[in-house]
Amino acid sequence: MSVPALDVERISKSFGALRVTRSVSLALAPGARHALIGPNGAGKTTLVNLISGLLQPSEGAIRLDGVDVTAMPPERRVGLGLARTFQISSLFPLLSVAENVALALAARFGTDRRFWGSVRARPELVDGAAALLESLGLLALAPRPIADLPYGQRRLVEIALVLALEPKTLLLDEPAAGLASSDRVVLLDLLLRLPPSLTILVIEHDMSLVFRLAARISVLVEGAVLVEGTPAEIRADSRVRDVYLGTRSHA
Amino acid sequence: MTPASGSRAAIRDAFSRHPLSWIDTLPWVATVALYFAANDYLPLGTQVMINIIFALALDLALGYGGVATLGHAAFFGIGAYAAGLYATYVTGEPISGLVVAAAAGGIGGLMAGPLILRTRGLTLVMLTLAIATLLHELANTFPSVTGGANGLFGYEIQPLLGRFQFDLAGRTAYWYGAGVMAVIYFLSKALVNSPFGLAVKGIRENPVRMRMLGVPVTRRLVALYAVSGAFAAVAGALSAQVTKLVGLDSLTFTVSGNVLVMLILGGTGSLYGAFLGAFVFVVLSDRAAAFDPFHWLFAIGIVLILAVRYAPQGLVGVVETVAARVRPRRSPS
Amino acid sequence: MNGEWTAVMKLAATTLALLADGIAYSMILFLMSVGLTITLGVMRIANLAHCGFAMIGGYIGMTLVTRAGLGLGPALALAVIATMILGAALERTVYRWVYATGELGQIMMTIGLAFVMVASANLVYGSNMNAVPLPRWLTRDMALGVIQISAYRLFIIAVSTAIAAVLWGILEYTDFGARLRAAVDNPRMARCVGIDVPRVFAVTFAAGCGLAAAAGFLGSQFLPLEPWYALEYLVPVLMVVAVGGLGSLKGSFYAALLLGVIDTFGRYFVPAAGAFVIYLAVLALLLWRPQGVFVRA
Repeated sequence: MSVPALDVERISKSFGALRVTRSVSLALAPGARHALIGPNGAGKTTLVNLISGLLQPSEGAIRLDGVDVTAMPPERRVGLGLARTFQISSLFPLLSVAENVALALAARFGTDRRFWGSVRARPELVDGAAALLESLGLLALAPRPIADLPYGQRRLVEIALVLALEPKTLLLDEPAAGLASSDRVVLLDLLLRLPPSLTILVIEHDMSLVFRLAARISVLVEGAVLVEGTPAEIRADSRVRDVYLGTRSHA
Repeated sequence: MTPASGSRAAIRDAFSRHPLSWIDTLPWVATVALYFAANDYLPLGTQVMINIIFALALDLALGYGGVATLGHAAFFGIGAYAAGLYATYVTGEPISGLVVAAAAGGIGGLMAGPLILRTRGLTLVMLTLAIATLLHELANTFPSVTGGANGLFGYEIQPLLGRFQFDLAGRTAYWYGAGVMAVIYFLSKALVNSPFGLAVKGIRENPVRMRMLGVPVTRRLVALYAVSGAFAAVAGALSAQVTKLVGLDSLTFTVSGNVLVMLILGGTGSLYGAFLGAFVFVVLSDRAAAFDPFHWLFAIGIVLILAVRYAPQGLVGVVETVAARVRPRRSPS
Repeated sequence: MNGEWTAVMKLAATTLALLADGIAYSMILFLMSVGLTITLGVMRIANLAHCGFAMIGGYIGMTLVTRAGLGLGPALALAVIATMILGAALERTVYRWVYATGELGQIMMTIGLAFVMVASANLVYGSNMNAVPLPRWLTRDMALGVIQISAYRLFIIAVSTAIAAVLWGILEYTDFGARLRAAVDNPRMARCVGIDVPRVFAVTFAAGCGLAAAAGFLGSQFLPLEPWYALEYLVPVLMVVAVGGLGSLKGSFYAALLLGVIDTFGRYFVPAAGAFVIYLAVLALLLWRPQGVFVRA
């Protein structure tokens, strides 16, 4: 492929004697839909933390659109077009949904530095938040503080938050975790409608979501990539079945 | 016709702000009223105003930014000494003295900020304490500059705006203080309503998420800390100009602790808490100073303990609760 | 030649004497801090009234010795027990109010409690400085080679080290210690595996108060008892906890040693600067290792 949107090259991470991530490599073309699956404790969230910059790797390199970001702090990686959601929703609980989204917009435009002029007087923040929330069907939630929202809605708001950054590469850490099945339908619909130019790496346990969304799947077991391939290949792979023996998507 | 909630026209209501409402007139109404009602107590009133400014500064750092500090006296002291030295060696013009002091406080915040704002929690608190104590010792060690234990005094403060002499009854000082308080308050309000203010609240609530939005968290906190330091320095400078005395005690742990108690008692994160807390604390401690200071300590201790249980948002919380019960319930915006 | 040698010997003697002083002071600091580092680490409560329990233990013990004529040992034991009971009672009542409020609420409540302790001490004992009078066998100087060290300092060092060893043993080798360490590392997970976290809290808090009481009683010759004691020594204790790392027994031991010795030497060799040295040291240490100098990152 031409320059990959996300290139993870032999990334390893050890905590003392514990090797959590072992020489993991991934290459996502622009617009890719790539899923990362594996049993609990395989190191999937650690990998996302490494890619997003909250953890520093012991070995290996990470490149965004060809730019080596391995030594960069998370803020700079976001500036290069990377965004992520967290396994447990990471939002601003006392602020309203609109304010959450507006904060992301302000961060993207660099407006968050401005001391003067109120937030309410800035259409790019106020109307921008409204437009984004409306496109995701969340406009009715705008004035509610995050702390008042049920968990399923918070997950959706977090997607709105990261979309406000207009990222080029999106990391989704178990977006369906803890969601009721009705919410999962809404989530999947939302994910399927994301712009095709956006590169997405999603970690998930929900296999039906994975198989409908992903064009390629990597299986992570005990910190290393067991196999990578298309959904059909992964389904047929006996090693994967062994690893997942007895494991099905969440009820 | 009111737009239905959930429509784009109503979106502005989803953004909280520190509104300009009739409540904002209260401090000024009180200021004017007290001038006439308590004419013998003008110096006390000015002291209240100085502490309100100090508490406002702390509220920006602590209430909005979540920066826990037990060393804000450092900025108060920097401002006081800056103003005193300015009056001694340059000119006694008061307003430029405030500007100089604010600059000194801001520079102090810009210097200390990058070092200490990388840390959180107890470590941050101890660092602020260490810096404040170091400044105290520094001031003690150079009496030729700071006057040491005796302090700075004997400097002249020129008439305000060239016309209003600082009189012994404290009238000019009172209105001077009120004016400065107004300026600092409205600047704080603008800051809190600005995008920067929103970002700072975001940092307080979830710094990791802010980093993952691409915001350089430490840099924002340093800017906030510098502004807070500048405002606290203005409070110190005002004190120096009005009392014509700067002492080592402006840099003590007691000063840092008092303003923290004032703000927590009044309520953090609302700016109004600074007014309520400073007023109650300064007036009560003035009254109590006439009696046994230990009885005052006992009383304030009990108040603090009970407040945590019954008024966790401070006096502002109490007022809001009472107001919510008295006013007919409005639907949430 | 002879003159230089004597000068060197004198310096060595002074240094050793200072070292003994510094270590004894450190041990008192350690005893006072260990309770706070554990409660901060376990219960995540900013307990600014901690030194107040030290003060209370010291005062109770002093009263038992001077008024009731009790010996050092029994007075210490009773003072510790009485303070632990008081601590447990307060934990059940006012401290429970602030478990959920976050740092500001805890600061507010515990500062208020400290104020009440200060005012009460003044009410009962007045504002004079007091200390537990030492029995004769502790006031003697012992000769260790070239230098004289007071038996009192040696006694403090010995008792504190013994207490530290016992605490270490409890933490590392007993069931309770394991549960406590689990609660420090991850309170939510500890609850999930069946550890009765509230009970661990209650026992830990009482133990911390008891240790502080011992420090107040044993160290009263170093740190005299007076009403402001509760707030006076809060800052050094917090510094030990911060430098040692929250929740770390070893950390507070080493940090207390480090800071106590630095402070003693600093005040002796640079008297004009006084507290300067120690605060500069703390500043440097915390900037270098914000999570605590003796904690593995």
